[in-house]
Amino acid sequence: MSTQASRLPGGGTHRRPAPGGGTSKRLARIDAAIGMAFVAPVLIGAIVLGLVPFGYVVWYALHDWQPLTGQFTWVGSENFTRLLTDGDVWGSLLTTFKFAALLMVLNVTLAMGLAILLNQKLPGTATFRTFFFSPVIVSTVAWVLIWNFLVAKNGGINGVLAMLGITGPNWLRDASLALPTVVVIQVFKGVGMNMILFLAALQNVPAELKEAARIDGARATRVFRSITLPLMTPTILLVTMLTMVGAMDVFAPIQILTEGGPGRSTTVISYLLYRTAFVQQDFGYASAIGVLLFFVMLGLAVLQWSTRKRWVHDEV
Amino acid sequence: MTTASREDLHMTRPITRRALLAAVPAAGLAGLTLASCSADGDSTDGAPDGPVELRMTVWSANDGHHAIFNQIADAYIEANPDKVSAVSFEALTDGYVDALTTQIAGNEAPDMAWAMESFAAQFVAAGVFTNLTPTFEAADGYEYDDLIPGAIGLWSSDDGLHGYPFSNSPFGIYVNNDLLAAAGQPDPRDLIASGDWTWDTLMELSAATAASQGVAGFQPPADAATAWNDALAPMWLSWGASAWSEDGSTATFTSAEMVEFFTWYHDQVYGKLAIIAPGEEYDFATGQIATRMSQLSASTGLAEAGFAWDFLPLPEGPAGTVPVVGQGGVGVLTQGPNPVIAADFLAFFTNPDNSRLLAQFFPPPRTSLLNLETLAAAAPALTQTQLQGTIIDQASAAVTKPGNPKMSEISDPVRIALDALWTADADVEAALGAANDAAQALLGA
Repeated sequence: MSTQASRLPGGGTHRRPAPGGGTSKRLARIDAAIGMAFVAPVLIGAIVLGLVPFGYVVWYALHDWQPLTGQFTWVGSENFTRLLTDGDVWGSLLTTFKFAALLMVLNVTLAMGLAILLNQKLPGTATFRTFFFSPVIVSTVAWVLIWNFLVAKNGGINGVLAMLGITGPNWLRDASLALPTVVVIQVFKGVGMNMILFLAALQNVPAELKEAARIDGARATRVFRSITLPLMTPTILLVTMLTMVGAMDVFAPIQILTEGGPGRSTTVISYLLYRTAFVQQDFGYASAIGVLLFFVMLGLAVLQWSTRKRWVHDEV
Repeated sequence: MTTASREDLHMTRPITRRALLAAVPAAGLAGLTLASCSADGDSTDGAPDGPVELRMTVWSANDGHHAIFNQIADAYIEANPDKVSAVSFEALTDGYVDALTTQIAGNEAPDMAWAMESFAAQFVAAGVFTNLTPTFEAADGYEYDDLIPGAIGLWSSDDGLHGYPFSNSPFGIYVNNDLLAAAGQPDPRDLIASGDWTWDTLMELSAATAASQGVAGFQPPADAATAWNDALAPMWLSWGASAWSEDGSTATFTSAEMVEFFTWYHDQVYGKLAIIAPGEEYDFATGQIATRMSQLSASTGLAEAGFAWDFLPLPEGPAGTVPVVGQGGVGVLTQGPNPVIAADFLAFFTNPDNSRLLAQFFPPPRTSLLNLETLAAAAPALTQTQLQGTIIDQASAAVTKPGNPKMSEISDPVRIALDALWTADADVEAALGAANDAAQALLGA
């Protein structure tokens, strides 16, 4: 009777009857069915709430759809052809990449720095942690409205600058400052969550590894670079992916603070999609932009995932 | 991965694939079923089997408004139990047009909808609203001729009236008398009496008050950078300017009148510092602003204001004094489930008796109701002088704030082009040229 090896959790093996044995086959099927039962809710949810709507969006993108007039006319690939030559779309995509890159760099760097500070056994860390985490649980709209007053030309930030003898800029009406201003507001909104994730990752680094490195003569910076940072890379991957997805579909801060302006300086692709559909009433073309956005996000996610083996610890 | 573990996975793969193959069509079917649930609503042939339930989307969550709406609806249901069993008023206060569009796109169009004047021309031209004239004229006691022609013009097409502007609210100038007095500025009522109430004198006293009192000068009715038509059109009418030709098909941002107005406005913002610049935040009700252009409804928030204020007619511009009204209208949606019954309900909702009820909050577009007695209830914070001079005398002769049949399409491109205006060293004519090109590309299409 042939046997087949399988790995036990501890690394050993046990022998069991080969496929074809009636009992084991039945058990394997039951095992798989139970697994599928657990997966089914998420799978069905993803299909019903993800794939089916996406199919509809592709269908809509093949039409000239003006909901107010009830017009729904087949135009084939016209909307996608229009995408290729629409400078506003590609300009918005570039703005989106700038927004995402700036947000990712600032958010990850600041979150990591705060996590390292909080990981020290210093007095007041609980207060400090609460201070930076509390924006995470505040409603995005409320958060942005408060900042809208703070960054107004006559707002709180320029008021403080005025006390120092500095004339503050018109943060949201200056085309070169509006996008960085929105990014900073977004960073402060979300940095607390990333800080907690990094803090958990920091505290999971085995102390004996760091101790061994120190005994071998490594300084603090070398311990961080060669021990701590590599062991945090799975969390860094998670944080960068979450931040990127959040950056690609940003909406509320743009709508409330700038409405995409001045000019098109803060018109990210998700906001262009919204304005095209709900302001210009061009649902067909907005759907085509949605399809483009889907593939851009998919491409970025695949890129991040496929390159993880090069820099994420334990990914083989 | 070891050979053994790979084989373990292989063992489960056929079952996983089968399960997936079964799950995908099942879920797809579920999705289609869900999608179809929203599409099988009521009959659209206008001949329902029994009484129907009507639904109106409204741009207000005010309890007082809804109490009157429901009072009128209850009276209609009582008189017409065979036609209507219920009327609901659905408040969509945030992103009203977005929400309404989403409902229509999702095959959930309401029977009736509130619409702002800026979308009136578009709704009428695109056939969003049905023609109400036959129903209104046939309704007993409707007094169709009582409707003010200037008020219903924007809601009409060649074949009749497509929307009823139940709120017909004139623009005027609110002034903070305490701030003006503290700044040593003249009383605007004296300027009106002497014939010196012009846009220039308004700006002069606003700038002087701002400079001496450390407050903002003049606030337009909306943010000029993000809502150019709402903010500026009620003003540029006093320059005899227009953003498009009468039929709406040709952009005229570069006309001499528009250039003159925008040059003046830009100078008042960045040169004279009389007008609040885009990006600044101030509030009139808390005493941060000397003068403000707004409508009748803004007086509600001033009842408890801790300062003396006044509400004045619009000043005179190069083209004379041009009274302007902003409107809220209601129409019956062509794509709605019960257009015939909804039109009948709307004829009842807007008849003279119910217009008098609605006038508690909304100045009506009926000549017979434009009187002190009716409007005193709509704006209790206003004096009789203010009501007569700023509302009644203006409303009957006013023009409606302009809209364009392609308003939703040109709104963003023009806003983006005009953004170049909002810096101190802006080239006004170049910005208007860009706005004109952006608008014409769409209007001429």
